[in-house]
Amino acid sequence: MSQEQIDKAIAKDYAAGFTTEIESDTLPPGLNEDTVRFISAKKNEPEWMLEWRLEAFRVWREMDVPEWAHVHYPEINFQDISYYSQPKSMEDRPQSLDEVDPELLATYEKLGIPLHEQEVLAGVAVDVVFDSVSVATTFREKLAEAGVLFCSISEAVHAYPDLVRKYLGSVVPRKDNFYAALNSAVFSDGSFVYIPKGVRCPMELSTYFRINEANTGQFERTLIVADEGSHVSYLEGCTAPMRDENQLHAAVVELVAMDDAEIKYSTVQNWYPGDAEGKGGIYNFVTKRGLAHTNAKISWTQVETGSAVTWKYPSCILRGDNSVGEFYSVALTNNMQQADTGTKMIHLGKNTRSTIISKGISAGKSSNAYRGLVRVGPAAKGARNYTQCDSLLIGDKCAAHTFPYIESKNPTGIVEHEATTSKVSDDQLYLCQQRGLDPEKAVSMIVNGFCKEVFKELPMEFAVEAGKLLEVSLEGSVG
Amino acid sequence: MLSIKDLHAEVDGKTILKGLSLEINAGEVHAIMGPNGSGKSTLGHVLSGRPGYEITGGSVEFMGKDIFEMETEERAHLGLFLAFQYPVEIPGVSNMEFLKAAVDAVRESRDEEAFDTVSFMRKAREACTAVDLDQAFLKRGVNEGFSGGEKKRNELMQMMLLEPKLCILDETDSGLDIDALQVVAKGVNTMRAEDRAFLLVTHYQRLLDYIEPDYVHVLADGRIVKSGDKSLALELEEKGYGWLEVEVA
Ligand SMILES: Nc1ncnc2c1ncn2[C@@H]1O[C@H](COP(=O)(O)OP(=O)(O)OP(=O)(O)O)[C@@H](O)[C@H]1O
Ligand SMILES: [Mg+2]
Repeated sequence: MSQEQIDKAIAKDYAAGFTTEIESDTLPPGLNEDTVRFISAKKNEPEWMLEWRLEAFRVWREMDVPEWAHVHYPEINFQDISYYSQPKSMEDRPQSLDEVDPELLATYEKLGIPLHEQEVLAGVAVDVVFDSVSVATTFREKLAEAGVLFCSISEAVHAYPDLVRKYLGSVVPRKDNFYAALNSAVFSDGSFVYIPKGVRCPMELSTYFRINEANTGQFERTLIVADEGSHVSYLEGCTAPMRDENQLHAAVVELVAMDDAEIKYSTVQNWYPGDAEGKGGIYNFVTKRGLAHTNAKISWTQVETGSAVTWKYPSCILRGDNSVGEFYSVALTNNMQQADTGTKMIHLGKNTRSTIISKGISAGKSSNAYRGLVRVGPAAKGARNYTQCDSLLIGDKCAAHTFPYIESKNPTGIVEHEATTSKVSDDQLYLCQQRGLDPEKAVSMIVNGFCKEVFKELPMEFAVEAGKLLEVSLEGSVG
Repeated sequence: MLSIKDLHAEVDGKTILKGLSLEINAGEVHAIMGPNGSGKSTLGHVLSGRPGYEITGGSVEFMGKDIFEMETEERAHLGLFLAFQYPVEIPGVSNMEFLKAAVDAVRESRDEEAFDTVSFMRKAREACTAVDLDQAFLKRGVNEGFSGGEKKRNELMQMMLLEPKLCILDETDSGLDIDALQVVAKGVNTMRAEDRAFLLVTHYQRLLDYIEPDYVHVLADGRIVKSGDKSLALELEEKGYGWLEVEVA
């Protein structure tokens, strides 16, 4: 296969790139204390919440933009961004889906996310965040029967203030990093989940995020608390329209797994990656972290195909003895995309175990970096980590990098790291073509094969979606 | 079915095929023998359209169409199959998945309906049995960690499922034990049909004991230097290739 063919096949349009004509209330660009107050007031927040935000804002003002990641982009002017946008019709929050703006519902239909409860994928409860506001949470009653709380974080602030006050910022403190501080000051919405003791959540929970408005940042905040012995699987999906300007997405996700609890968090991220020349696209700067208590397990699975720039390290703090952390990741970059992604496994408790399987695929002129930290603390007797980090290159203009960091303060800890880099070879493509497959199908099959270990960790519906997404994202990578 | 006229081809500026002509009709079995490096594999790759070969002269028609106007996969859709001398591995892609995708693609190109998964799996298992491979091979990655002989049998399995019109087997018999050789021969013999032709590249007359060819050709220095029937293979076995060069010169 020639480079030209490869270039052609990677050049594919972004299917989720439409915009929606919806009247919305958007705050003019700019960020100061009044912006924070405005957002808080819009949501009728109690005083403690406002104070929490203002403190975050003060911290943020003192911080510098992080520059250590292997990504390059023009400096972001944080005063040029609007920090709040909500669809007009949301002014009086809809009480049911029937009251949701039909345009909005149509948007989600287009995205393949039916919101009408009867049509929602069997067994998946969905919360949808459109620009800054949560528009619908489905299956609420059924979840309530099991005692599961699943709502937007704004609602949770009012309905479950004790839980929110206790856990918000407990895993990712406001001062953790630049984007986490920014998010803490201006977060607009997101999802809240609480699973009571011993409850196995009866269905998959899911949130879809969509950025629609131009020049709008999206700062959602997700908090999931799994109480002792409980179990939950949570899916997150994201898209954005095609716009020439870059859009900022700076989310924070916090997971708390109490003793013997298990949280499985899966992401299929398909933010708009920009066009083939690198114009437009989402800047995705996300802080995701989970705290695992004794015997608890936290598992991150992510399929990242979107965004112009990705900066993201879902991490596990294995505080409790025997706790388990897992990270399964597929990150695909094409055209001019840049991704610096990986994980941190912080082993604090005894006999803690972690597994990292990272699959990076680079096509076009993209750059894909894995950055992983495994730290074994002094008390983490018998800690074990296994890391496998594989890179696949398509064509010869792309790049893959691996930055593993290992810090071991306990001699009984065992940390294993394996890394491979391979290419989709001309001979593999030739074999496929000789057997009748066109080059695009061949590449997507080879890439899917490469990602198999990660895909099998995804919930069924998502695994299919992820496979299709890779196919679409790779279109144009061969000809 | 296949008509090669005065074919010239080069790789990396080196001329390999130097005026090769060959006619193959439906139903026939042709064997090509010849010294190492004479251009046998090159011929197969040029016919199937591997990138990197430059056609510098001559023409090839397959099923009435100019082959050089077609992409590799289009030639495959028309029914051209090449069993590789050195099959490559595709890690992570299961044999079953690969076979289904290939058969689906070929059927789709002919506007035929795709097999449903269950009946395809049954067909695949039958083919697997026919080439004497354990069913576990269907689940393994394509050629991933297969032994030399297993790879060859895997090629044959693909051929059986794809049901091509022209089967080019490039040294499928090399590196096979006696039993495996019979398996390959049996596979080919059961596939022999009125509307199907075979081009067998081999170094060993032994294969031709099991698969009776209609014609035997000798390829030397990029050309067919001698053609004959089955007895030519026996003669070659006895005398080697040296006498031909004298005869040609
Ligand atoms: N990329 C290449 N660059 C230069 N020479 C090449 C290249 N590929 C093939 N050749 C040469 O072309 C000639 C024919 O090769 P080919 O593989 O067709 O031989 P063969 O008849 O199949 O031999 P064997 O019986 O050993 O399989 C050989 O001399 C080989 O070295
Ligand atoms: Mg050869």
